[in-house]
Amino acid sequence: MSNPSVYVRAAMAPAQPAPRSTVGVAGWLRTNLFSSLWNTVLTLLAIALIVSIVVPTVRFTLVDAVWSGEGREACLAANGACWAYVKAYLPQFIYGRYPIDERWRVDLVYAMLALGLVLLMVPRIPAKGATLAFMLLVFPVVAFVLLTGGGLELDGGLIPDDVMAPSAFRFWIEYGAVCAVLLALAAALAAWQGASVARTLRNLAAALAVLAVVLLAVSVDVGLEHVETANWGGMLVTLVVAVTGMTASMPLGVLLALGRRSNMPVVRLASVVFIEVWRGVPLITVLFMSSVMLPLFLPSGVTIDKLFRALVGVALFNSAYMAEVIRGGLQAIPRGQYEAARALGLGYWQMMRMIVLPQALRLVIPGIVGSFISLFKDTTLVLIIGLFDFLGQIQASANSATWASPVTGISGYIFAAFVYWIFCFGMSQYAGFVERRLDTGYKR
Amino acid sequence: MRINFTAVFGAAIGVALGLAGAASAATLDDVKAKGFVQCGANPSLIGFATADEKGEWSGLDIDFCRALAAAIFNDPTKVKFTPLNAKERFTALQSGEIDVLSRNTTWTMSRDTSLGLKFAGVMYYDGQGFLVRKALGVSSALELSNARVCTQTGTTTELNLADYFRSNNMPYEVVAYEKNEEVLQAYEAGRCDVYTTDASGLYAERLKLAAPDDHMILPEIISKEPLGPVVRQGDDQWFNVVKWTYYALVNAEELGITQANVEQMKTSENPEIKRFVGAEGEFGSAIGLSNDWAANIVAKVGNYGEIFDRNVGPSTPLGIARGLNNLWTKGGLQYGMPIR
Repeated sequence: MSNPSVYVRAAMAPAQPAPRSTVGVAGWLRTNLFSSLWNTVLTLLAIALIVSIVVPTVRFTLVDAVWSGEGREACLAANGACWAYVKAYLPQFIYGRYPIDERWRVDLVYAMLALGLVLLMVPRIPAKGATLAFMLLVFPVVAFVLLTGGGLELDGGLIPDDVMAPSAFRFWIEYGAVCAVLLALAAALAAWQGASVARTLRNLAAALAVLAVVLLAVSVDVGLEHVETANWGGMLVTLVVAVTGMTASMPLGVLLALGRRSNMPVVRLASVVFIEVWRGVPLITVLFMSSVMLPLFLPSGVTIDKLFRALVGVALFNSAYMAEVIRGGLQAIPRGQYEAARALGLGYWQMMRMIVLPQALRLVIPGIVGSFISLFKDTTLVLIIGLFDFLGQIQASANSATWASPVTGISGYIFAAFVYWIFCFGMSQYAGFVERRLDTGYKR
Repeated sequence: MRINFTAVFGAAIGVALGLAGAASAATLDDVKAKGFVQCGANPSLIGFATADEKGEWSGLDIDFCRALAAAIFNDPTKVKFTPLNAKERFTALQSGEIDVLSRNTTWTMSRDTSLGLKFAGVMYYDGQGFLVRKALGVSSALELSNARVCTQTGTTTELNLADYFRSNNMPYEVVAYEKNEEVLQAYEAGRCDVYTTDASGLYAERLKLAAPDDHMILPEIISKEPLGPVVRQGDDQWFNVVKWTYYALVNAEELGITQANVEQMKTSENPEIKRFVGAEGEFGSAIGLSNDWAANIVAKVGNYGEIFDRNVGPSTPLGIARGLNNLWTKGGLQYGMPIR
């Protein structure tokens, strides 16, 4: 039975194409760039701005640039950047004044670092724990020996010289004695505290043995030429300072953050004082103190390596910042997590290691990466204490009589900016990847 | 390189990286024992201390340290350079990190007396000068009335400038900037007629102009900046070695002894030359060196004039005329105390 006055559509009407003004390039332009008079004006202004920046930049860095040539005549002829100068000095930017015949050692360290980072950073590659242990324990020692040449002379100093002449033998005797004292103290302490004496002794003995192996490794003469840190420079110094700062500031930062939230008043106070003092002082001041004041305090005849002073300063400075970043993460963990961990019978360190820190650190990845990036860029400050990091080496070379020209300095700075950007951008991209993988970002 | 036990646990490994023996009273003995001279140098100053692409140091200040090494070891390569910036240079010397500071350092009374330093000589008589465009058509600073002068803010340069123009009753206009690069750019862009700083600096900065040959440095020098090597006070033997190394360089030029002819000069009959090359007298051993110390300096590094010409002289990009740094016999101030 059908009612002719009622029309019931039996099939869907075919979809009409979207209005032409909203599809394709024209539509996209219209909706996104020229949707109103005001937006049109802004778009045109932005285009003008981009053109006025990009065109001269491209002209200067690519079109008018000089790519090859010898000496300042080549640079003088250039209307654009003088890449010939960067090319000539590139090895120095990478190695500083490291002896040319010994640069394979630096290459080897670079390669190990790169390989280690790849193994650690690509999630699919297994055996993360072993790699991490290798990078944190073996790699620093190997890198130290390779870069400096190793062969430290350990000759002790506790036993007076007239009783026993300085020698490696004396050092190891003293080392054994100190170890024995430390072990005895630890055993007494453990017994007093009611902890397991055997376990305490085992842990401490293992740590002391590792230290002994490290000392042995750096003191064995492996036949490499000694290269003083005064000859290090360029990317080498930048990476040494940055990588050391990053790896040292992370565990120190965790400890300080935990200390600041601790219930033990002495630990808390010490952490607070440490953090506030180091955060309250500019890094430049720290470096200045280390390079200008510290030598005057030391007994005459004792000089501490300048690079080492800078490393310590940078590491302590950044661990204070890192502590505050990590404390932010700790505070974001709900109380219930702590209580649940306690209810499961976990001790303090177990709770932190297995429940709290994994969640807290994951939360503060953006903060940590921000710290790392600013640390990487802060390495340029070592220039003021006469260390030649990447930027310092570039600045120094631009002043050479054979290359000085109106564009030499600018070319060097552009190159420096580009390299720093690559590093920092790489770091933030990787952090983004980790965040997505751990899925902690706040999705809209 | 030595390390003691307490340091291992205290400052750990890094101490050893640079734990150098130093600052005892007898620097010469220390230097001989360790086998090289530790010389504080400018990280980068055209003509005075620069490292080339291979990291080889060169420059006037550098060559002085090489001369010192030649005097002590008969080997100009037995020297290590510590690049130092202006703020840390004196600390490095006082703390014994370096043996000698050869880093374009101005000899002033306060530094010589109250800082515990001793200046051993003047390797380069510098002073504030004026850079102008040749097109400006002036040949003397006294014609710079009503000029716009570019300079750095907050330096003695600015004060010297004011003194000079006031005392000559010339009105002028200062265009001051914070950084050297800005000053040079302003000058290049024509925002001022004159660029003033130390003359050696003017020659170096001129290289960074688009057309260096269109600019000239006026003959007037309006301040005194004697630059020379510095040692610690309280070690007269070492002071003598450094001082007489400098005098040997100047004496060699006065006597016409050059790197090329020093071997023939050793047989010269001239008594002054005989004393210089050590054929007569015991002058070297008097300062703790071998008797042919001065001949070694010239053979390995050259005389003062050769060092000057090689690093900053007219044939180099800097093209600095001898001027005040000429020998006293040729109207300059370089005067070698007699070796006798």
